[in-house]
Amino acid sequence: MKFVLLFMETEEFARELEAMNEAERQAAFERVGQWFAEHAAEITHHAHLRPAETATTMRLTGGEAIVTDGPFVEGKEVVSGYAEIEVADLDQALAIARSWPACPLVEIRPID
Amino acid sequence: MDDRHDEVHGELARVVREHAGRLTACLVRVLGDFAAAEDVVADAVETALRRWPEDGIPDHPDAWLLTVARRRGIDTLRRQAAYRDKLAALRWPPQPDPDDRLKLIFTCCHPALPREAQIALTLRTVCGLTTAQIAAAFVTGEANIAQRITRAKRKITDAGIPYRIPPDDELPERLDQVLSVIYLLFNEGYLSSGGDRPHAATLAGDAEWLAAQLAWLMPRQPEVLGLLALIRLHQARAAARFTAEGALVLLRDQDRTRWDRPAIAQAVTLLERAAAARRPGPYQLQAAIVACHAEAEAWEDTDWPQIAVLYDMLLGLAPSPIHRLHRAIAVRYARGPATALAALDELTPPERRALERYPLYHATRAELLRGLGDAEGAHAADRRALELATNPAQQALLQDRLGRPLV
Repeated sequence: MKFVLLFMETEEFARELEAMNEAERQAAFERVGQWFAEHAAEITHHAHLRPAETATTMRLTGGEAIVTDGPFVEGKEVVSGYAEIEVADLDQALAIARSWPACPLVEIRPID
Repeated sequence: MDDRHDEVHGELARVVREHAGRLTACLVRVLGDFAAAEDVVADAVETALRRWPEDGIPDHPDAWLLTVARRRGIDTLRRQAAYRDKLAALRWPPQPDPDDRLKLIFTCCHPALPREAQIALTLRTVCGLTTAQIAAAFVTGEANIAQRITRAKRKITDAGIPYRIPPDDELPERLDQVLSVIYLLFNEGYLSSGGDRPHAATLAGDAEWLAAQLAWLMPRQPEVLGLLALIRLHQARAAARFTAEGALVLLRDQDRTRWDRPAIAQAVTLLERAAAARRPGPYQLQAAIVACHAEAEAWEDTDWPQIAVLYDMLLGLAPSPIHRLHRAIAVRYARGPATALAALDELTPPERRALERYPLYHATRAELLRGLGDAEGAHAADRRALELATNPAQQALLQDRLGRPLV
């Protein structure tokens, strides 16, 4: 079964990252790299998204396309990346998500 | 509904409960599909509840249920040839495999399902309750429960929730989920019975049955035994909790000759078996606390210092404002109202906020204040408790207390 892990950043996490010194930030990045290496067999595709302020949203209603600046929901939590994984079931997806070492929120969604 | 009718229905429900879960578990294994298996068993249960009152309970209820499930399943799964053929090939008795029922329980209580759905699904698939029976117990519409179950089953299939016993590293957490579903079910039945919900009492019985099944399936898990002991210690004293008119009787005022002493002794033995594993947990500690009450011959014999110690241990493992409140009550009898009130004053602001909405908190403060001679403060606290109380039996008790003269 294929799942997408949607990684979500929070304001608090962004602040923590901001407060880190160079060595700490480097260590944090390395932990993420290690996570990807450990689960390389299950991860079929992944990407990191550029910051939410680079997003553009288009609303297609009533035959009209309205383009606005920013992500589709203005919230404290924004999608910052995703990884597509191929595993047997939800529990295996949860086990992989559990060891994710970075942002504090992950949505796990099966894909067709 | 007359008593005779209730009796027949109670007996039917018990027989169904003994067999429905096993049958569902077996069919999930054979069909490899949770939703399809659940559907055909639920259908067979509905048929049984219609037919048995007239035809009598068959000698082999499980064989009867399997036959109906198989026949109806072959009809309803007409378009799914693979399922149909597997069902047609199934003979009674099917291979019993206790692990199958555990898988069923763990799947129903999967944390990816909302808590209410876990409860409804467990009642239907493991205990064999019909949607109508669940709706009656929770005083909600049948459509509401049916929707909850349909959504949950769809999520199990679509989200890839596995049908298996969790591996050892996930087991403690997942078992905890199962135990809280059973405990919630018990509380729902225990706390609301005697009010205007005649069906609620059966929920407490279903919870006890579920805990007993789980204890049989997982005899080495001390918390499972702890939960079963806790439930049985409460059940053993249930008869004394209400007057003939349905009014709630406080522990202190209960007629202890109506407690089921042999059942209490058995539950204590069970708890000792759990404790022998030397892995204490919240359910074992709560059961130990209830055992202190249950074993006391009279209110005056209650071992309050021991109860206060057990609450300290419980707070160490599972900090909760409610447990802090109960600890304060134990401290009141062990060391007096002033110390107990001081303990309540030490609550953290979030704990206090949580308890402010809880009638027992105000009722307890009222008792403590009354003990310290502050009649007016006590009266105000009782009034606040009454405003918050939702259980009719609790309301009646508080009203009675407020009606008394202040001195």
